[in-house]
Amino acid sequence: MKAIRAAESLLTLSQQDELVDLPNYPLSASEDEGDNDRERKHEKLLEAINSLDGKNSFRYKLAERSEASLKVSEFNVSSEGSGEKLVLADLLEPVKTSSSLTTVKKQLKRVKSKKTLELPLNKEEVEQIHREVAFNKTSQTLSKWDPIVLKNRQAEQLVFPLEKEQSAFVPIEHVFSSWKARTPLEHEIFNLLHKNKQPVTDPLLTPMEQASLKAMSLEEAKMRRAELQRARALQSYYEARARREKKIKSKKYHKIVKKGKAKKALKEFEQLRKVNPTAALEELEKIEKARMMERMSLKHQNSGKWAKSKAIMAKYDLEARQAMQEQLAKNKELTQKLQVVSESEEEGGAEDEETLVPDVVNEVQMDANGPNPWMLRSCNSDSKEDENQVDSEQLPEPVAQEFSESEEDERPMAEEETLLKEFEERRALRKRSELKQDAEPMGRQETKDSSSQEVLSEVRALAQRLNKGNLQSRKRRVTSAGTVLQVQTEESAPEEEEPILLQRPERVQTLEELEELSKEECSQKRELPRSMLQREWTERNPNNQPDAPKGKKKKEQMINLQNLLTTKTPSVKSLEVPTIEELEDEEERVQKQMIKEAFAGDDVIKDFLKEKREAVEANKPKDVDLTLPGWGEWGGLGLKPSAKKRRRFLIKAPEGPPRKDKNLPNVIINEKRNIHAAAHQVRVLPYPFTHYQQFERTIQTPIGSTWNTQRAFQKLTTPKVVTKPGHIIKPIKAEDVGYRSSSRSDISIVQSNQKQLSGHHKKQLKKRSIE
Amino acid sequence: METAPRPGRDVPLKKDKLQAKRKKTRRYWEEETAHTAAGASPGPPRKKKRNGEHRLQKPKNTLISKKSRISKKPQVPKKTQERKKPEPQRSLSGAQDPFPGPAPVPVEVARKFCRIDKSQKLTRLKSKTRSKLEVAEAEEEETSVKAARSQLLLAEEPGFLEGEDGEDTAKIRQADIVEAVDIASAAKHFDLNLRQFGPYRLNYSRTGRHMAFGGRRGHVATLDWVTKKLMCEINVMEAVQDIRFLHSETLLAVAQNRWLHIYDNQGIELHCIRRCDRVTRLEFLPFHFLLATASETGFLTYLDVSVGKIVAALNARAGRLSVMAQNPYNAVIHLGHGNGTVSLWSPAVKEPLAKILCHRGGVRALAVDSTGTYMATSGLDHQLKIFDLRGTFQPLSARTLPQGAGHLAFSQRGLLAAGMGDVVNIWAGQGKASPPSLEKSYLTHRLSGHVHGLQFCPFEDVLGVGHSGGITSMLVPGAAEPNFDGLESNPYRSRKQRQEWEVKALLDKVPAELICLDPRALAAVDVITLEQEKKERIERLGYDPEAKAAFQPKPKQKGRSSTASLVKRKRKVMDKEHRDKVKQNIEQQQKQQKQEKAKPKGSRPSALDRFVRARLQGG
Repeated sequence: MKAIRAAESLLTLSQQDELVDLPNYPLSASEDEGDNDRERKHEKLLEAINSLDGKNSFRYKLAERSEASLKVSEFNVSSEGSGEKLVLADLLEPVKTSSSLTTVKKQLKRVKSKKTLELPLNKEEVEQIHREVAFNKTSQTLSKWDPIVLKNRQAEQLVFPLEKEQSAFVPIEHVFSSWKARTPLEHEIFNLLHKNKQPVTDPLLTPMEQASLKAMSLEEAKMRRAELQRARALQSYYEARARREKKIKSKKYHKIVKKGKAKKALKEFEQLRKVNPTAALEELEKIEKARMMERMSLKHQNSGKWAKSKAIMAKYDLEARQAMQEQLAKNKELTQKLQVVSESEEEGGAEDEETLVPDVVNEVQMDANGPNPWMLRSCNSDSKEDENQVDSEQLPEPVAQEFSESEEDERPMAEEETLLKEFEERRALRKRSELKQDAEPMGRQETKDSSSQEVLSEVRALAQRLNKGNLQSRKRRVTSAGTVLQVQTEESAPEEEEPILLQRPERVQTLEELEELSKEECSQKRELPRSMLQREWTERNPNNQPDAPKGKKKKEQMINLQNLLTTKTPSVKSLEVPTIEELEDEEERVQKQMIKEAFAGDDVIKDFLKEKREAVEANKPKDVDLTLPGWGEWGGLGLKPSAKKRRRFLIKAPEGPPRKDKNLPNVIINEKRNIHAAAHQVRVLPYPFTHYQQFERTIQTPIGSTWNTQRAFQKLTTPKVVTKPGHIIKPIKAEDVGYRSSSRSDISIVQSNQKQLSGHHKKQLKKRSIE
Repeated sequence: METAPRPGRDVPLKKDKLQAKRKKTRRYWEEETAHTAAGASPGPPRKKKRNGEHRLQKPKNTLISKKSRISKKPQVPKKTQERKKPEPQRSLSGAQDPFPGPAPVPVEVARKFCRIDKSQKLTRLKSKTRSKLEVAEAEEEETSVKAARSQLLLAEEPGFLEGEDGEDTAKIRQADIVEAVDIASAAKHFDLNLRQFGPYRLNYSRTGRHMAFGGRRGHVATLDWVTKKLMCEINVMEAVQDIRFLHSETLLAVAQNRWLHIYDNQGIELHCIRRCDRVTRLEFLPFHFLLATASETGFLTYLDVSVGKIVAALNARAGRLSVMAQNPYNAVIHLGHGNGTVSLWSPAVKEPLAKILCHRGGVRALAVDSTGTYMATSGLDHQLKIFDLRGTFQPLSARTLPQGAGHLAFSQRGLLAAGMGDVVNIWAGQGKASPPSLEKSYLTHRLSGHVHGLQFCPFEDVLGVGHSGGITSMLVPGAAEPNFDGLESNPYRSRKQRQEWEVKALLDKVPAELICLDPRALAAVDVITLEQEKKERIERLGYDPEAKAAFQPKPKQKGRSSTASLVKRKRKVMDKEHRDKVKQNIEQQQKQQKQEKAKPKGSRPSALDRFVRARLQGG
């Protein structure tokens, strides 16, 4: 409001100014000044008048322009008077709002809103935060173990090594037995079901379902068996193959194989260089190193034992000579420095490669299809029937490929070609076009090892690696059609498995429920006898309670010893054999007289009381008298410290507990402790107990077989920890407890969502049963 | 479909509906369960009494029916509290357990085996402690229930003698009983006429199978008294004061005139223990393997027979010791003295554990019952008294006998036999745990000589009496425990079994120093040492580690944590605690005062009292 008012006043003022100024415009400066003065005075007057009014008075001075000018400079702008702070945006605001300005405004705003970047935190602080976070995380993960630790601590017996809890399957009807239909709707439904003889509880699953459940487990078993079978078959096959290859004595064959391998290795190395130069360099280095080794060693230099013997023979034997030459050639070859291939050559090689690969593929297919066309049919039809066979037959393929490649390269070598053809024919029987290459088989490697000892291991490894890469790439290209089918089957397999996974948790859940039920029952059963006992106890107590005070009263009264010993005796008659009764009566009288006479002198009771007094006195804690006669007094004979002093220096012994025989006149009970027996007693309270009475309650039940039945004895003396001799006790794992298994995430998920799933499953079942 | 139980069936509403439609078939077990629930006692089926020696046959029974009827007394029906049966679980097959759950256990029997003393209430329990206590209690309950359930195995029932209405059983003679019982039992009554070697002391072995007796004039013999097969018979050519079997029947301790001798079962002298001289009485503590000897010199000597060492020799300082008995419950030895007192001894303590003044004259005989609850004494003042040994040592009952009893013996089931001159008198109690009532005797028997030794045979309803005329084996129905523990003391055990038991018993030997008045002291904490150690610890540490920490004010910010304010705050808390204490005290005092006021002060309540009260209430 104020602002508005101020604005209005401003407006009026300016108007007045204008009104006033306009006629004065042409006037001279001096006059002007005089005029101004006057006017000011006038204005002041007006003001005064206005202020008299009290209503329209201006609280504060309005800004006024001292100079009148038409042109207002942008540097002198003041927002004074309007009562508002001038904002930058206000200046930009034109008379008419234009859209182009809004963007500028926004930008301005953004500039304003952007804060300066904060300084990065201290290193220590950052570390602290990191530590805190890490601590929280670990503590959270560790807190997961708390219930298990607690359970193990409270467990009556722990058996190590820990056994996984087997999830026994409980039939659903056991779980459902406690379930009751409550709502009227449910009653009706059950009525209907009964009428239509639909299964309600007992085989809650229809027979079909049960069969399917069983079948699924069977399927699993079958799958597993098949897997095992396949593995076994593969192993035996490779073994057989290795044996066979080892048995081949033909040097030619081995030579060819060797050469082919070497060549292949080279070629693959080149390919590798093209694809992965760094890896190729490494390989190169390896080869270089091999060369160095060769140069250093005397291998292949005809200096060995064998070579020397051959040298002797070489004069006469052509073969021996040849062998020696071969050795030397090998040495040369190995020690030869590798030529760095020029780029042009490389390109050419690459082109070769490009042309080569599809050729090989084609050839392989040709190989498969050409020589025995019926194989093709078998590969398509039989593939599913006997997979293990297929797997075993896949293996020769790489070798064959190698051969085919080498064949392509070494056309001119006629011998080799023929040989290779032979081999091809031999192995073509087992060749399949379906290229599903598994990992490099073990047996094959072994055979290679044995067969080609002289080929450098490094080179061979290289070759193998290259070979593998090749095969994989080939597989990708070639087996598109073949794999699609497989992939489909693989995809369908998990779909089939899903129901298994869905149903499993249900069973587990039901098991848990059953356990809970049984526990509840157990607890109920346990509670019963205790409550009985308690009731009995309370029933007895009322009898006891009124008795107790009476007993106390009796106790408080000192029993008269005289009375005690001279109690009135029941009648003496009706005793013994009746025939001598009268006689005895007379005898008795005489005897009584005699006894009285005999015991007249010694007073047994007096003696006993005296003894008791002495015993009590002896057992009383003694006061300590610290008075020193003559201290602070006159000394001399017959000195007696004053009563006051004696009183002052006498330390009174604390009064001990009341004697047990305090109210029993005829009894002296020894108050001394049996130290020897106390040595056998517990003297230190174990941990959770704070008072000895608490602990005593836990040790009052005897454990020995003398006081217990055999069963109870066994149970009471079961060891807390049982270990199996010769078994390693491993630290507990999450899987042991059933938290989660990292390898099978799906199962863990299912376990964690047991309840939901089971509930869902229940609903489904119910629905089904209703239908 | 029909038998399968359905959840729907359990619903009461629906059940009604079903029943309305068609009658529900009734199953055999349904009625059965209802019947059992009504109250069939699950206790052991009553069997025919077969208590070894005392089989009572029907035909013989009828013969003496004119005079007396020895009949089966119906056993006191055990009160059984049926546990509430949980609703029978229905299985899938429809078969139903007619007796679901574990067999019910009579609560009273189970309580007998409960050992935890719950008389004191525990307060301020930590949760951990509470859980431990709960575990202990559950264990106790379980074991007691198991023990109660296994009582089913105690099939034998004790014998008894019952007169016809108005007939005194004391007038039934031994000949009558022998006539009434079966031959095997009748054979257990016999007399050995041994007038030559003077009055006899006798002792049965712990199994009750063997008997040893020694005459004053040196005649010592052991025999399997059931088969009457003599094991050995010797004359030690010395006066025999007492005779006792050691842990088994193979060893025999004989207190002769000068020293203590030990013989084996063939009469070969094994040891002569000269440190025990002039022994008058012998007692053997079977669980500690201690032979206690009381001598004329006034010494009570404990000899450990398993290692042959004298454990303790205690001077009773009461002259000649000729009366001794052991308490089978806690192995404390009771000695009777000439000044009418009975002192209780343990080898671990040099002084008597307790001294009881029982008679005006000297104590003549002494016996303690098998449960350690009652002690019977007879003195020169012709009194027979029964004392309660459970803490108070007060006489429960007493009576004067014309001659006074020279010998006393308790049977396993609490019958008390007293030998007075040549008469043996037997008193019986109401039940097993009750003291014998001295009002009316149960049986009496006159012997051919003065009684010199008395002992009930374990596990047989037989009382052996040694007297100047020999040995008499009397039939006392209901004297012994009918059920023996085959592992502990088996009358029918073979040699091998005996040897094995010997080893086991030696392994289970209880140290002699554990003998004290309360044998359950071992289940208690040594409180004095505990407290002392605590005190020492506090002294050592300079503070009490278990004490409640002193109030430490929390540090505060903004200058409010000045020393003065800290002190102030401390003072505040202290004051508050003090105030609470004072308040409590005042409240207690007021309560007491009120109670005192509420009680009418005058011994004679006047009629105007009501007005006083009314005024008090009004004001």
